[in-house]
Parts: sequence; C-alpha cells; structure tokens
Amino acid sequence: MTEYEIKAKNKFSFGLAELIQYRELFYFFTWRDVKVKYKQAALGILWAILQPLIMMLMFTLIFSKALKVSSDGIPYPVFAISGLLIWNIFSNGLMNSANSMVNNANIIKKIYFPRLIIPMSAILTALVDFLFALTIYVAILIYYHQGVDFLKLFIYLPLSILITVVTTFGLGTFLAALNVKYRDFQYLLPFMIQFLLFANPVLYSAKAFTNPVINTIMKANPIASAIQLCRSVFTGQEVDWQGVAIGSSVAIVLFFIGIYTFRKTESYFADLA
Amino acid sequence: MKPILEVQHITKEFKIGAKQERYLSLRDALSNPFKKKEEGANTFRALDDVNFEVMPGESIGIIGRNGAGKSTLLKILSKITPPSSGKIICRGRVASLLEVGTGFHPELSGRENIFMNGSILGMRKAEITKHFDSIVDFSGVEKFLDTPLKRYSSGMQLRLAFAVAAFLEPEILIIDEVLAVGDAEFQKKCLGKMDEVSKSGRTVLFVSHDLSAVSTLTKKSIFLDKGKVKQFDTTPAVIQAYSSNFTQTNIHHQDAIEGKPCITKVEVVTSEGGVLQGNEKPLMVNFEAQLPYDVSGFALSLQIFNHLNQPIIYNWFFDEADKGPRKKGTHNFTINFDKLRLYQGNYFVRVHLAETVTKTKFQQFDCCPFEVAMLDKKAPEWGWQNNVCQYIEDVNWTS
Repeated sequence: MTEYEIKAKNKFSFGLAELIQYRELFYFFTWRDVKVKYKQAALGILWAILQPLIMMLMFTLIFSKALKVSSDGIPYPVFAISGLLIWNIFSNGLMNSANSMVNNANIIKKIYFPRLIIPMSAILTALVDFLFALTIYVAILIYYHQGVDFLKLFIYLPLSILITVVTTFGLGTFLAALNVKYRDFQYLLPFMIQFLLFANPVLYSAKAFTNPVINTIMKANPIASAIQLCRSVFTGQEVDWQGVAIGSSVAIVLFFIGIYTFRKTESYFADLA
Repeated sequence: MKPILEVQHITKEFKIGAKQERYLSLRDALSNPFKKKEEGANTFRALDDVNFEVMPGESIGIIGRNGAGKSTLLKILSKITPPSSGKIICRGRVASLLEVGTGFHPELSGRENIFMNGSILGMRKAEITKHFDSIVDFSGVEKFLDTPLKRYSSGMQLRLAFAVAAFLEPEILIIDEVLAVGDAEFQKKCLGKMDEVSKSGRTVLFVSHDLSAVSTLTKKSIFLDKGKVKQFDTTPAVIQAYSSNFTQTNIHHQDAIEGKPCITKVEVVTSEGGVLQGNEKPLMVNFEAQLPYDVSGFALSLQIFNHLNQPIIYNWFFDEADKGPRKKGTHNFTINFDKLRLYQGNYFVRVHLAETVTKTKFQQFDCCPFEVAMLDKKAPEWGWQNNVCQYIEDVNWTS
C-alpha cells in the first residue's frame, strides 16, 4: 500500500520516481499533440517534412543566391538544413513547452499528475517533427552526393540533439513556469525566438563572427555548439571541443535552473492558471 | 486498522481583492520590486482547520452550500492545489473525478479519447486495453468509436467520459457532483456503478447537492460550512443538520393589507426540520390569518407546485355559510399530511384566500419552497432519479 502525505510545502525533489510511475503519459501527451497538430490538414503529417523543406528553400534563395553567404565549403542547402534541424527542435520545442501549461490549464485544474510531463511532452512533440524532417536531410545528402563520415554522424548528430534537447528543456520549463504567472512571456517569446534565429549561426557560418567578445559568447551558447557539431559531420572541420564542453555545461545549468523553477512553483499552477 | 485518509488541520487561504490575485502582470512585479507582499491583508479562508479521518471501505458524503469549501477540499485531496497549512496522510491510490472527460480532445476519435482520458486519470495502458470493450459497452457509443469527438452530442460525450471513469480501480475515489448531469437513464447507470464501487470495499468521497443521492450512497457525511467541518456524523443526522441550517425560509411572513382579510404567516413544518421533507413522512402547514372585520364564507386553499410550476396538490378549508361569519381578529389554521407521498424534488406552496359568499379573492402568493428527499427508503435497483414521477402510491404487487 502506498502511503504519502499532502502538505503545504513538500521537500524539494525532481520527482523522478513519480515521472517513471507516470511514464505512459509522456507517450499519450506527445501522441495527442502530434495527432491533433496535423489532423485537419489535407497533407497531414507531410507538413512535418514540408515545413523545414520550405524554410530551407527560402533561406537558400535569400542567403545563398542573393547574399552569397559563405557556407564553409559545402552546398548551402546542406549547410542550411543541418542548422535548421537543430534550430527547429529548439524553436518549436521552446514555443510548445513555454505555452504548454497555459494550453493545458483545464487539465491541470482538474487532475493531478507530475506537471513536468506537460512541457517535456511538448518538447518530445518537436522531436517527432525532427524525425520526419530527417528524411529531407537524408534526401539532400544523397542529392548533393555529400560525403559523410559515418562514425562522426552517429556520434556527433545524437550529441548535438542531446545538447539541444537539454537546453530547450531548461529554457522551456523555465518559461512555462513563468508564463503561468506572467502571460507577458507569451507575447515576448516570438520576438525572442526570431532574435535567436539571427543571433545563432543557423543560416550563416560561425566564422562570420570576428569580434572576440561575440566569439566568447558563442562558445557559451549551447545551440551554437550543437549546430557546429551537427555541421562538422559534412564540413570535415575540426570541432571546437572546448566550446562544446562549455556549451554543454551551460545547457546542464539551464536544465537544472528550469526544473528547479518549475518544481518550486508548480503546486500553485492550479490556483493561478 | 489505520484510517485510509487522515486529514489534519487543513487550512487553505486565497488572496482576494488586490490585483495581485489571479492575473499577475510582469509590469506590476517590475514596477514594484521592493514592495512587500501584503500578507494576510486580504486573505480569504476557503478551508479553516479541517480535520477528519476516513476508514477503508467507508463512503463519505460531503455537503454544504456553495462556497462552503467543498471543491477546495476535493482539490487538496486530489493534490491539484496544496493546502496553506496542515497535512493529509493517504494510504492508497487516489483517483479523482472533479470533472468527467478531463483531457478529452474534440479532434481525437472516441477510441483515442478513451486512451487519452484513461491515462490522464491514472490508468495504465494495459488496464485500458483490458477494459476497453466494457468501457465501450457501458458508454453505448460503439458505432461512433472512430468518429472525432467533436461530432458527438454532449450526451454521448458525457456517457463516454463516465464510462472511462467507471473502470477506474483506485483505493480512494473522489467524486465531485458529476452525477448532476446526463439523462435519467444514464444517471441510473452511474448511480448503480457508484453503489457497486462502494460495496466492493473501496473508499468513496462524494460531493453533491443531491441529498437523495448522498443518502443512498453514503453512510457517513461531512457538513462543511464556511470552510469548517460543522458536523461529521451519520448521513441522516448530517442531512438533518444541513437542512435545518436554512432557518427562517420555512416560515413566510406576508405583509398585511390595510383593511382586508389576509394571511400574515405561513409555516411549513417538515419532517426533517428546515426545508427538508422526507417522502412518506408527515408534513404540516400552519397559517395565520388576520381579519379586520367579520368574514362569512371564509375560504383558504393551498396548492403545492413542483419546480416546473405545475400544480401537484390542491386542498382547501371552507367555513360553511350557515354557521355564521368568522369573527374579526387573528385565526390559526393547520393542514396535516400524515404521509406526504410527493416524490423527490423541489416544491413550493401557493396560498389563496377568498370569500365564497361574495366571491371575492383577497390574496394569492407563493412561499415556502421545500425539498422532498427519499430518506431511509429502500431505493429501487437503479436508485432514485429525478423527475421519474410526481408522487409514489402505496400499492401491492402480486406475482
């Protein structure tokens, strides 16, 4: 028989045991969001592939054809898609998770389950989209006869995804918690994401930065690290492992700040939402 | 045996009034970063030192007026919101039904919603799969299983939602007023299911305004009033205390009309006190009339109407004309129903005052609403449902 207490302030914990107990809910929330997202669209799940494809074509047109941006010696579409894959996990995951608590307010107010499942599933939804987008990635690699170092591919790509997910998770839970209390973040977030898209070397090479201050900031930027890793699979450039280490540490710090903030405030979500 | 639920000194406070409540804007926080929160300035105690214990297998009713703290208590018990102070010890898996169909999504099909809703309620996927056929059977929507929920009628959605909930198997089940919805046929299914649950030895906490349902389903009840436990006792005792809490409304004072005969007071004396009347129990109505002059052919009549404004009972009192006029002054009249057969529901009294000789009507007004409940009566298989009849006859069956 399970015995537990309900008190005003429980001791702080990440609630891992409970998350494992409710693990099936991750699946159901993610499955619901993926399903609902494409349900009324005639092209359905195909949009998960079309969206990054259209983005890639758009950016190729502007950055490669019109602006002649350098792409580290690989075809620009390959360059763009390897950045966009990582970027889309981050931006979609952040957007989904930051709004997730507000969107699911009616459920939060009526039933208990570990609240972390909601922003986490929101990020998993972005990951599902990523898996579909991977097919274009493969298609483009074949189209451009891009040489791939398979050893690098199977180590660098998962590592870059991991760094991205951990970062997204930290920022996403942090914003989700704040958003319940201050809806202002709902309006602020699209600008933040737009700013970050141009501030990160998604569409242009990181080498474009010449200012040492900006280079230092970029080292601490986990998303820039992840993109660099993901790209080096093709460019054959040396990975700045020091930068990746710093970026990963920042990602882990963000992760814990996010969960801490979320867990600290989650018990009052039902009163505020 | 240890109690399955121990509620100790639970208090819940909400801040009210100030704009810091509910919708906080960042601007407020930024513009007043050093302003201390005014603790206790505008707090409202939704629950105030609530204590009780529930033993395994007990079914407990929770009754109280709107705003008494019932919903807040349920939310704390189901871990949706934390108490401000105090603690609760639970010794079992809790499932709460504060709403049916939590997590239903209009775009998903009936089949998909069964899984979604079931897992939000805390069922394992394997459990849902195991009960899937029974759930579909119980809901009666098998033809529409692959139709999106948005095409369902509200009744069908409700049936599906309740069907999922009916197959929850927690040690403690918390239910909030969910039976107040749905058609009569479905209500009887639900009541039957709930009865089954409580008889199977599980603990049920049941909040309802439907006193008849509380009295059929529970043996003990809690009466919450202004956030405090006013009484925790056997259900009949608590229901009686609850209904007698509405004092005064069973007595109606009517303003006298200058120079005209009139009824000045009507008092409904119910079997349970207050405004609660038991079916097949005695009911008495007292009238006080003031006559400014002698009245010949005095006629007093009363009607009892149901909640749809339909007259159900009519009765009257006449002074025979040859006995001479009724003297001026104050007169009292009483009508006794030895065994009021009215079925459960809400009723009110309409009073008429007239004079038969001159055929003048002096007065007509409505007063004294009261509620009839099926107390201590053995319920039929399907429980007592609202509006199945107006009254119950004494009959004999042979077979």
